[in-house]
Amino acid sequence: MTISKLDRRTFFRGAALAGGTAAFSAWLPAWAQPVSAGIARPLPTVSGTDIALRIAHQMMTIDGRESHAIGINGTVPAPLIRLKEGTTVRLSVTNDLDEDSSIHWHGLLLPFHMDGVPGVSFPGIKPRSTFVYEFPVQQTGTYWYHSHSGLQEQMGHYGPIVIDPAGPDPIASDREHVIVLSDHSQLHPHAIFRKLKLQGGYFNYRKQTLGGLVEGKDQPLKDRLMWGGMRMDPTDVSDVTGSTYTFLVNGHGPKDNWTALFRAGERVRLRFVNASAMTTFNVRIPGLRLTIVQADGLNVRPVAVDEFQMAVAETYDVIVEPEDRAYTLVGESVDRSGMARATLAPREGLVAEVPPLRPRPLATMKDMGMGGMDHGKGSTPVATDCPPEHAAMGHCTPAPVDHVAMGHGSGGMNHSMRDMSLAPTVKDTATVQTISPMPVDRTGEPGQGLDDVGHKVLVYRDLMALTRNPDVRAPDRAMEVHLTGNMERYMWAFDGEKLSEVKEPIPFIKDERVRVTLVNDTMMGHPIHLHGHFFELVTGHGEFAPRKHTVQVQPGGKVTFDVTTDAIGDWAFHCHLLYHMHAGMMQVVTVRPRTGDGA
Amino acid sequence: MKPLLLLAGGSLLALAAPAAAQASQQAQTDCPPEHAAMGHCKPAPAQKTPPSQTKGSPAADPHAGHAMPNTGEQVPQASNSHAGHDMSDMERTGEKMPGHDAGGTALPAGDAPAPTAPEPDYADTVWGEEAMSGSRRQLRKEHGGGTFAQVMLNLAEYRVHKGRDGFLWDAEGWFGGDINRLVVKTEGSGAFGDGVEDAEIQALYARAIGPYFNLQAGVRYDISPDPSRTYATIGFEGLAPYWFEVEGALFLSDKGDVLGRLEGYYDQRITQRWILQPRAELNFAAQDVPETGIGSGLSDVELGLRLRYEIAREFAPYIGVSWDRRIGDTARFARAAGDDVEATSFVMGVRAWF
Repeated sequence: MTISKLDRRTFFRGAALAGGTAAFSAWLPAWAQPVSAGIARPLPTVSGTDIALRIAHQMMTIDGRESHAIGINGTVPAPLIRLKEGTTVRLSVTNDLDEDSSIHWHGLLLPFHMDGVPGVSFPGIKPRSTFVYEFPVQQTGTYWYHSHSGLQEQMGHYGPIVIDPAGPDPIASDREHVIVLSDHSQLHPHAIFRKLKLQGGYFNYRKQTLGGLVEGKDQPLKDRLMWGGMRMDPTDVSDVTGSTYTFLVNGHGPKDNWTALFRAGERVRLRFVNASAMTTFNVRIPGLRLTIVQADGLNVRPVAVDEFQMAVAETYDVIVEPEDRAYTLVGESVDRSGMARATLAPREGLVAEVPPLRPRPLATMKDMGMGGMDHGKGSTPVATDCPPEHAAMGHCTPAPVDHVAMGHGSGGMNHSMRDMSLAPTVKDTATVQTISPMPVDRTGEPGQGLDDVGHKVLVYRDLMALTRNPDVRAPDRAMEVHLTGNMERYMWAFDGEKLSEVKEPIPFIKDERVRVTLVNDTMMGHPIHLHGHFFELVTGHGEFAPRKHTVQVQPGGKVTFDVTTDAIGDWAFHCHLLYHMHAGMMQVVTVRPRTGDGA
Repeated sequence: MKPLLLLAGGSLLALAAPAAAQASQQAQTDCPPEHAAMGHCKPAPAQKTPPSQTKGSPAADPHAGHAMPNTGEQVPQASNSHAGHDMSDMERTGEKMPGHDAGGTALPAGDAPAPTAPEPDYADTVWGEEAMSGSRRQLRKEHGGGTFAQVMLNLAEYRVHKGRDGFLWDAEGWFGGDINRLVVKTEGSGAFGDGVEDAEIQALYARAIGPYFNLQAGVRYDISPDPSRTYATIGFEGLAPYWFEVEGALFLSDKGDVLGRLEGYYDQRITQRWILQPRAELNFAAQDVPETGIGSGLSDVELGLRLRYEIAREFAPYIGVSWDRRIGDTARFARAAGDDVEATSFVMGVRAWF
């Protein structure tokens, strides 16, 4: 009691101070108004082979404002877990909540019953009990961990993992910082989900308006009518936006200004983790070239970029070589309703200019899955001899169909936007608002709103594994999974069926090699995560294909990957947008021994 | 192969200027990938490879694929029948098929059959069926099986018009999941001093019949006017193209009368929070029902235009006008009873949900 009173007093003092500063700097955008001169405290770290973690309710202060959170060992994000390749780690996790909890080790290869998904890999961790995870650490790189129970992840139940190699690290650096990006709301996650269920566009305060039309902003009238005819909203980029979210760097808001210190001339390794519930970030550090050296924990051939898009649950390691001055680290939300902001500085207290938010992107016809019809620009080489069944497997891009037949130019699009015959494996349910008529591979594109930013942005096709992949066999078979959804009812599913409705899992046999094409039948990007495996993106790099655990399937686009299902057990497979998963966009993947191998 | 790789890496570093200069000078020219993987050295950073260079060492250059972004929208996969197509695209961008692309993701997929799906209960082998079954049920329920409830006051307003000021409400509540719901609707109006003139309540089962529309069936009970009536109801409610919210219903009364209703509105966003809502309600009857003053055909029309301000999505006060007109026999019945057949009202109220 005494402690909480003290906290409140400190909090009020902080608020008064912030208010005073704000009055002087009212002309500054909200995210640039200082609350502190910068918080240079790194994340608390736990390491070794015997680690104790305690999940509990706690308070956290963001930009001078107190919030209720669920943290681990008293911190949000949860402490950095630093492991060593080749060891066996025991993690004793105590659940001090009044509800079940869990920890999933995102990207770690381990026995399936240690993967931490209640109902798939284990029964969950009951309230006031301790569960001991134990597994060999057989990989290196940047990963993360989070709750797989209910919506706890949104409340702060997430943290980073760094696994150091047994030998020297092939990525040389003089210093490193772990940078956990996330989103936080004062609303309870169940309240957020309920609002989305009751009104799909609840958090979108950047819709097109009559006022905008008069001012000549956004779409012209003709396009608005066409999109209206299809009941599609081109401003629907993020479900949950900066209207309720504060975007965090290592648990600190933009006004807190978390600061990463360095000495001029150092090679600084930044280990980025997107631990958001719902936010795709576009990351840049104006003035610094970012050399991507690792994606999803695995080393890639270095690629120098100015900006990169980070889907939810992805990790990227970046090398920067800053000079003796401060830089602003910008994590702009994909819908540009807000930004996570931190500072890289040689000394505490230094700040750099914070760039304004760029104009929000509008979805295009390509985002609606009509990319294949975009041949007017001549950017899409297409095969004239592409039978639909091959196109369906991602083997080729069929020639675009006649524009008139597709109803271009009028509301006649309605019928072709939900032609179930284009996706025979998809169940015709209320979850399916649209079927992409002509989805294309978009791994050569930088992501929504980044086509015209005037500098080099990472695309998936830039990524290439540093070493030859362990399994370079041809896939035994190919399959397709459709990402389907209904923004109006806020229903999301694979192949039209929510997890609550599916009759059977997606089956694999041990060591099978399968080519999986993810087809996005919605106008929203989905970060798709397969537990317990890495998969190779089919992006033209053959035996050096980049291996990932999570891949963003851009709106109306598709992604193909090859996977070797070498880990026996049941594994979760889902969209990593928390509320999409909660709405049903999840499946169970089974990997069983080959017949004759014994069970 | 290994020396070739090494050579290619070296020549790349030498030629890829100036960007390579920014990468660490420690980047070794003699760092083959397999050593890098073991942490023995740091390989040269890959930079944009000029096509001519790639051509120089097509068989071994590990960076050849890096020019891929130049191919724009090209789908990178090769397949048995379309490999040639891929090749030609690569040549177009000045590339040849690099040696290492012969394997891995460059290979076409076979057509092996998919295995049959087992029960997703492998965790039972570790934790036991008893421990797992509860969490498995919970998993499915939590991922798409949720139920929700909403109460929505579409209209709740004070009406100023000739004669006594009046009031009107139109509200709906529901409970259920994504597909099946129980819906309660009520609407009515009256005048201050005279009490409620007409009021009805409906209890309906609603089922989603597509991405946008629900089918609704149940009963309607008219509390007033006297004599009260009970109806069997079937109708629909949903979102039509161009963002029109529409609903319609047929009512069969316990006296055998058939009535119909169509309703619709459109939210025109002027700014993010100011919203202009044109609205229409049409009532029909298959026959005269003199007891309740309803004539056959189109019996009455309500047209409204309301401007609301969304303080929150859940709470929006509004002002507007409403024009109500009785038509045909319904108007005749009204005149005979000494009632007005037409009224224009200035309205103010609140649209709210929770």
